[in-house]
Amino acid sequence: MLEIKNLHARIAEDGTEILRGVNLAVKPGEVAAIMGPNGSGKSTLSYVLAGRDDYEVTEGDILFKGQSILEMDPAERAATGIFLAFQYPMEIPGVATMEFLKVAMNAQRRARGEEELKIPELLKRVRTAAQELDMDMNMLKRPLNVGFSGGEKKRAEILQMKLLEPSLCVLDETDSGLDIDALKIVAEGVNALRSPDRTIVVITHYQRLLDYIVPDSVHVLYKGQVVKSGEKELAQELEKNGYAGLIGEAA
Amino acid sequence: MMNLQVQVRHTAAEEALLSAYSERAASLPGDERTAEKREQAVEILKKGLPNRRVEAWHYTDLRRLLSTVPAFEAATHLEQREPLLPGSVVLPVLNGIAKPMQELSDVSVATVTNELTDGSLAARLALAGTDDAIGAINAAFVTDGFALDIPADAALGHPIELQNVQAGGQVHTRFAVRAGERAKATIVERQLGDGAALVSSVSHLDVGDGAEVVYLIIQEQPDDARHLGQIYVKIGKDAKLTLFVMNTGGKLVRQELRIIAEGEGSEFRLRGVNLLAGDTHCDVTMILDHAAPHTVSTETIRNVVTGKAEGAFQGQIRVARDAQKTDAKMACNTLLLSDEGGFSSKPELEIFADDVACGHGATVTEIEPAHLFYLMARGIDEKTARGLLVKAFVAEVIEELEDEQVVEVLEGKLDAWFAAHG
Repeated sequence: MLEIKNLHARIAEDGTEILRGVNLAVKPGEVAAIMGPNGSGKSTLSYVLAGRDDYEVTEGDILFKGQSILEMDPAERAATGIFLAFQYPMEIPGVATMEFLKVAMNAQRRARGEEELKIPELLKRVRTAAQELDMDMNMLKRPLNVGFSGGEKKRAEILQMKLLEPSLCVLDETDSGLDIDALKIVAEGVNALRSPDRTIVVITHYQRLLDYIVPDSVHVLYKGQVVKSGEKELAQELEKNGYAGLIGEAA
Repeated sequence: MMNLQVQVRHTAAEEALLSAYSERAASLPGDERTAEKREQAVEILKKGLPNRRVEAWHYTDLRRLLSTVPAFEAATHLEQREPLLPGSVVLPVLNGIAKPMQELSDVSVATVTNELTDGSLAARLALAGTDDAIGAINAAFVTDGFALDIPADAALGHPIELQNVQAGGQVHTRFAVRAGERAKATIVERQLGDGAALVSSVSHLDVGDGAEVVYLIIQEQPDDARHLGQIYVKIGKDAKLTLFVMNTGGKLVRQELRIIAEGEGSEFRLRGVNLLAGDTHCDVTMILDHAAPHTVSTETIRNVVTGKAEGAFQGQIRVARDAQKTDAKMACNTLLLSDEGGFSSKPELEIFADDVACGHGATVTEIEPAHLFYLMARGIDEKTARGLLVKAFVAEVIEELEDEQVVEVLEGKLDAWFAAHG
């Protein structure tokens, strides 16, 4: 499903290299966790996957369903089924959340050659998804993410993910800023999306989220490279011993 | 005695205006009092149009920008247009001539031609000053328009649209609306057409004590027309006025708003939307006098600039010595979508009272790349995503008008503009 090969990327503005040869392969149906200390390149990796032009790929490739996505813009990547749940979702004044959902859902459907959803069907889908995440429909009348609490923003991200039905979900620090109840709801939302033809990449600093979204594989990112991969026990090991031991090993 | 005269070398446009007056003066409507005002206006025109060294025209060098003045054209057949707001009563002025209209049961209507002929309009043909070029051009040439009188306590069940349609040449019109005490009304002043006309249009709006008026000026001239607009406003005691000004067309546009909050406790809102594309030059100039205590005003102008368009907003707020407890807030925000376009904002506060709250702010921004990325990451293509963000920037102001029908129609105008220029 997702194959990252020797990926090098730098900040476009000042040329600082952040990713220095990332290799990673995730199969359909697999939930992969990417862990690592601050500054290891986790968020950069998520932005590069989504196509943010603040970063330049200088070497390597990203294959999604066997195709390189490097030449695609963010909208094209989304239409092929890549979804990034942002660590810090943008507040966008003046764009009503409901209107945004409608435009996004139908843009993707059009790009895939599917028929646009009519308003009643669209509303029904949004209402169902919102209920499952314990979200108030009134929130969706407000401008996108404006005045939402940290937890509400994260829920809104998962809501979008449910509605857009991507085949690759990248969750960037989705646990940050969530209390335990919100964390459980969000995790349930993600778990409900687990399916044999969907890949989920969970980026997180802490093991905590992985108690609720149990990964099939765990990969440690350090200084822009995957320095260790293992099964879910690796996350527990990291929680117990911290990154220090591992980093020593890698160095 | 020696008579020293400064010789003015007239531009082609100035020559055209002066010779048009010589040719037309005899056929223009008006009694002696009207004729006298016309002559006074022409004397001002003889001194030449204001250039950028005249302070009020610093951002709009009329002498340079009004490069040509078209000849008058005999009225071609023109149909009135569908009103902006469904259900409106339309009072059409077609190529400068007010058309007979349906009887209005709750409003009395007069034509400006009649008021020029009987001289009753003469006082209002006076100029605001020697730099009042719009007033001068209009006073010299005005032919027609409508004057409405809305009686006290009337609550109009439908909007009234003053529809000024041009088909080229020159069009010089006037409108007047007097809303009686406690009257409630929504008035649309529509400025449109399909010729490369020179239009001057001067309006007077009197909002009586306790009245509530929404007045929308929608200027949507074609890209080769020149539009010179002016509105004089008086707001009575405890009255509420929302003045909405939208400019979406025209090659050269100046809208002067001269407002006096003269009644204690009055509330004034100005909301402006300027959508500037191509090589248009658009200037909105406001002079607001807080002349009475406890008057509140807010002014919000949002501009979208693309292509080589240039815009300016001059906002002058004057607070009289007696106008204690005035509360005025002015903001001018511009979204610049092109490196070749520009927008100038000049706020001015002149405060003579000591217990007031007055503030102003101006920003020029571009589309926030992080916002664009967020929308695109959800599969929305770049053009659509930009359109959403630009629309959001302007829609915030339109949505403040609250009336759902008005908001919907104006957002439709936004969509049409973005489809053509986005």
